[in-house]
Amino acid sequence: MSSSASTSAQEPTRRDFIYIMTGAVGAVGAGLYAWPLIDQMNPAADTKALSTIEVDMAGVEEGQQIIVKWQGKPVFIRHRTKKEIDEARAVDAASLRDPQTDDQRLVPDMNGNLQPQYLVMIGICTHLGCVPIGDGAGDYDGWFCPCHGSQYDSSGRIRKGPAPKNLPLPPYKYLSNTLIKIG
Amino acid sequence: MSGYSSYEPKSGFEKWLDSRLPIVRLGYDTFIFPTPRNLNYWWTFGGILAVMLMSQIITGVILAMHYVPHVDMAYDSIQHINRDVNFGWLLQPMHAVGASMMFLAVYIHMFRGIYYGSYKAPREVLWIVGMAIYLLMMATGFMGYVLPWGQMSFWGATVITNLFSAIPFVGDAITSWLWGGFAVGDPTLNRFFSLHFLLPFLILGLVILHVWALHVPGNNNPTGISVKDVEKDTLSFHPYYTVKDAFAIVVFLMVFAAFVFFMPDALGHPDNFIRANPLVTPAEIVPEWYYLPFYAMLRAIPDKLGGVITMFGAIALLFVLPWLDTSKVRSMRYRPLAKLFFLIFVLACIGLGWCGANSPMAMVFVTGTDAATGEPTGFSFLWLARILTLYYYAFFLLILPILGLVEKPKPRPQSIEQSVLGKGEA
Ligand code: HEM
Ligand code: FES
Repeated sequence: MSSSASTSAQEPTRRDFIYIMTGAVGAVGAGLYAWPLIDQMNPAADTKALSTIEVDMAGVEEGQQIIVKWQGKPVFIRHRTKKEIDEARAVDAASLRDPQTDDQRLVPDMNGNLQPQYLVMIGICTHLGCVPIGDGAGDYDGWFCPCHGSQYDSSGRIRKGPAPKNLPLPPYKYLSNTLIKIG
Repeated sequence: MSGYSSYEPKSGFEKWLDSRLPIVRLGYDTFIFPTPRNLNYWWTFGGILAVMLMSQIITGVILAMHYVPHVDMAYDSIQHINRDVNFGWLLQPMHAVGASMMFLAVYIHMFRGIYYGSYKAPREVLWIVGMAIYLLMMATGFMGYVLPWGQMSFWGATVITNLFSAIPFVGDAITSWLWGGFAVGDPTLNRFFSLHFLLPFLILGLVILHVWALHVPGNNNPTGISVKDVEKDTLSFHPYYTVKDAFAIVVFLMVFAAFVFFMPDALGHPDNFIRANPLVTPAEIVPEWYYLPFYAMLRAIPDKLGGVITMFGAIALLFVLPWLDTSKVRSMRYRPLAKLFFLIFVLACIGLGWCGANSPMAMVFVTGTDAATGEPTGFSFLWLARILTLYYYAFFLLILPILGLVEKPKPRPQSIEQSVLGKGEA
């Protein structure tokens, strides 16, 4: 070591070069080895093979909500009442924690029209993942999360409590007036 | 274990072995070890913990012979253990109650360390290894609780794994990596079982380091003053403290047995006798009692990331405690003010646990009713939790650093021997 210490102030030696190369190859090798060990924990191919489901919403009465399971997660499909829609629209979106208008919470049907009566959302609280209670629960005629008290309005937007974001929307599209495909 | 050794191999075989693998010496030095002569019963909890860890490992390995880590079968396999497996009715509660008993012992062990200043130089590393053990215990207990796959198992797993989603940018990638899917499910249960099997053995490894780090500086003691004269101040660990520890272990095991035989489910939650249902969250989610103080801190902060940071920060503070306390005097026996603040600290921790067990919206005491809604008004658990969280942080970040500089400690005895024999006690 003393020889390399005395030379290091001057030109890098061949030995320095070999040290660095060995270290670099070792580091890359360790990384290549570690990645499979880490990545195996990510969702497997069959889990990921995006399962899609079709749901006919015609059977959902006004003022009712059904919960369907998609990718292991609950999806809320609520047939909103006129009052709920009006309340959701009356809110000034800019004043919200996660600003979104009611229209932005909907997906146009095949004719490009919105169907505001049908609200489709992933029923997972954006705080820590509980399933909020629906049927107009909470102070905003929407959803109330029993875990830590987050409240969502009739458009599924966060209004009160610790959750940072609105209830997320799953990817879905209309196949007919009432039939949707999620995923 | 290190340096000091009074072992002298006697037989020819012992001499032969000692110069090749000094394993008898290791065992000998672990038990024939000079120990302060004034240790009280608060020093028995380390031994109690070692016994409980072995009990958990033995019962755990046995449970793993009968348990099935699959979402459709896990719940039933626990019923099968309890009803059908020979002595399953004994072994399953021993393991489940044993986890609680371990946490009870570890909390006493840690409060002991704080009160007597056992984390101060030269025992910082000993303390930090202990904290690492505590962290692993929390992870082990959490993953074990998921295995029976009841409602609390599932929703506890959901809430705790979602804590990581609070991390900016990479949060969602981390949670899905933890789950092996898009929600808690079969891959999650399987990996938790695998890790729950592994971690206790890592804990065992850390316990060995812990004991090693203990044997370098030796035990602290209730006076906090260092050993000056090995002859006068110490006794051999064996037989003096093996006997004292054994007595405490027997008493502790009696409490353990009382739970196992008479109220095996008292510490659990009734909802965990309902099968996991990913579509319905129970009316309230309550973690196991030993996580309640941290759960209360999480809920005290009305912001997701803030709540998570507050919770993990509370544990991080314990890691750096040796550098937060500025007092040179170890034992709070001689620090009247510190003693008072410590007492409040213990009460604050218990109070936080109480908050964690109650809905934040519920009232600690009611002062009246809201005229508009008819709901009771008063002092809520949310506010109690906020005040206590503030105290918890203040204890570490303000009280201990400042107190060490301004407090005037009481006079300490000249030596450990003097404190025991009372001669010239100041
Ligand atoms: C530090 C040590 C340990 C702690 C704190 C701990 C904690 C726990 C807890 C809280 C449960 C849930 C019990 C219930 O609700 O029924 C559990 C279950 C379980 N543990 Fe452990 N455990 C430890 C060591 C081990 C070891 C070493 C193994 C196996 C190698 C193991 C295997 C199991 C199995 C198979 C279950 C599921 C069966 C059951 O729920 O009773 N554990 N553990
Ligand atoms: S998970 Fe919904 S408020 Fe915490």
